[in-house]
Amino acid sequence: MAELITYRDAVARGLAQELRRDPTVHFIGEDVAAAGGVFKATKGLLEEFGPERVRDTPISEEAILGAAMGAAMTGLRPVAEIMFSDFLATCWDLVAVEIPKTRYMTDGQVSLPLVIRTANGGGLRFGAQHSQAVENWAMSIPGLKVVAPSNPRDVIGLLAAAIRDPDPVVFFEQKSLYPTKGEVPDGEIIDELGVASTVRPGRDVTIVALASMVPRAVAAAEELDGLGISAEVIDLRCLVPLDTTTVIESVKRTSRLVTVEENPRLCGWGAEIVSIVGEECFWHLDGPLTRVTTPHIPLPSSDALEDEFLPSVSRIVEAAQKVLL
Amino acid sequence: MSTTQITEATRDLSSEEQTRLGLYRQVVRIRAFEERAYRLFMEGLVKGTSHLSLGMEAIAAGFGEAMRADDYTFCTYRGHAHTLARGTPMAGVMGELLGRASGVCGGKGGSMHLTSVEHGAMGSYAIIGAHLPIANGAAWSAQVRGSGQVAVCFFGDGTTNIGAFHEALNLAKVWNLPVVFVCENNLYMEYTAIGDVTAVEHPAADRASAYGLESIIVDGNDPDVMYEVATTAIERARSGGGPSLIEAKTYRHGGHSRADPGEYRPDDEVAEWLTRDPVPNYRARLLADGLDETILEDVEAQAHADVDAATEAARAAPPPQVQAAYNNVWADGGSSWRN
Repeated sequence: MAELITYRDAVARGLAQELRRDPTVHFIGEDVAAAGGVFKATKGLLEEFGPERVRDTPISEEAILGAAMGAAMTGLRPVAEIMFSDFLATCWDLVAVEIPKTRYMTDGQVSLPLVIRTANGGGLRFGAQHSQAVENWAMSIPGLKVVAPSNPRDVIGLLAAAIRDPDPVVFFEQKSLYPTKGEVPDGEIIDELGVASTVRPGRDVTIVALASMVPRAVAAAEELDGLGISAEVIDLRCLVPLDTTTVIESVKRTSRLVTVEENPRLCGWGAEIVSIVGEECFWHLDGPLTRVTTPHIPLPSSDALEDEFLPSVSRIVEAAQKVLL
Repeated sequence: MSTTQITEATRDLSSEEQTRLGLYRQVVRIRAFEERAYRLFMEGLVKGTSHLSLGMEAIAAGFGEAMRADDYTFCTYRGHAHTLARGTPMAGVMGELLGRASGVCGGKGGSMHLTSVEHGAMGSYAIIGAHLPIANGAAWSAQVRGSGQVAVCFFGDGTTNIGAFHEALNLAKVWNLPVVFVCENNLYMEYTAIGDVTAVEHPAADRASAYGLESIIVDGNDPDVMYEVATTAIERARSGGGPSLIEAKTYRHGGHSRADPGEYRPDDEVAEWLTRDPVPNYRARLLADGLDETILEDVEAQAHADVDAATEAARAAPPPQVQAAYNNVWADGGSSWRN
């Protein structure tokens, strides 16, 4: 049996699955308990698990991640919500300097099985301080695992994998995907981190996408079909660990690569994919390695502008056509 | 809320010989270790930087003696003292300072990042303020697990002006966490006097009331005072009474770090604080209270022998293997980020 649920409800279901399974899992954040989250993605958890395990915090991002880190060091498996990924900047010391380096600096004495969940990306007209796609920030820090699901089923399976993982994971939920629906099987869902998914097979060009860029890439592939171009779409699902094998194997067959990323141009994750493919697949290539990104500007608020600058289906189609010229 | 000032132990400790010998052993060992660390730095054997607790030993000593073996210590880059005070072997600490494979962190931490989880030394944190929220997390975990453990978090006066200090104190109080925050106020942040850049006279204690906490200022150079204050705060935390914030007044004998001769401090101020040196003063008090001098001499001889042995062991230990740099990024022991 399967059920059609939203990405938003999948977050609550994934958390509930793990809270039920493991008493050391605790969930904290701003407005996450009584209010059920500002995106209503954690509704019902307080009612089922009580105020000790699902706990509201003050607006104190350093206190939230510090609590998660100290608890993870000493026997809990905390999940901490940072409401908007933009706010990771207010607790960047914990994200970039403390959490990822502690196991290493203590030479393995300390484990940090924790998850930082955060709403990432644009599409909701929130302006430049509540719309950033910052998964590439996290990717640049050794010691952090980075996950960004594109659909409700993966939200559950990857969230479960993140919570069970012994290392710190930053879990990016693309906020414009919250109302989108997808089929989810009954029962426990558990995935493996670092496994990309080929969501649409194709022969002529490989399109690598993440989170909200995945449905756009699929839509572009459908359009390309009508133009006689067969595009393969890969949903990376995780940036760390990175499933380079799936990407490289695909590019070896298609000989062409387009990456579609929401983060601004410079140092986006697509650059890393392009670099790896350039180094390891060069002799298989028949076209320029191409990135579709948001331009290197802060994201504007106006819907007309936001729609113009986030990678669109038509820009993906154009890019794919160009690499096939 | 009024301020509680504690400059003398209120309990008569003269009959508690073992406790006081323990305190003396702590301050003597830390003093001997720090003096050696300084010398080894001058010899070029301790690399990078090091921040010594010379003159400030009584705070770590008082807490070290008062804590339960499974309690948690969180300290700063000036953390040799607190790490040793939990019973971490000197050889491992010295090895870490010298960047050797025998170090407590295998040479990956260094002077500023001593950790020995086995001894409850949960890390030395080199970013000002970072570890106050983290200590809360350990205290929260202890509360959830019902373990009765307490987290003790040491930090300097400069930390009181950073946001994490305020976020941590608020959450600790709201969640009634078993955590003790200990501000070691040595009057200077790095090169700048704390009083020149702080809105209140007592950087920690004057902020306590904002978080519903008692304002406590104590003589951080008196081991008896520190032991008593630590015992009270730890018991309070352990019994569900919530967090404490203690401002311990002290003074470092040297500069902020090895690069700093500390010349910004007035001579008369330095001279005055040197008369309050915790090590000779405590020795004199113990003698005045009737402890046998030969016992104290034994403690001193043992401390120096331990430091000598730790130094020899560290000097003899090999550097870490290059391959070790790729270990322990992840829980699987490795550093792989792709397949």
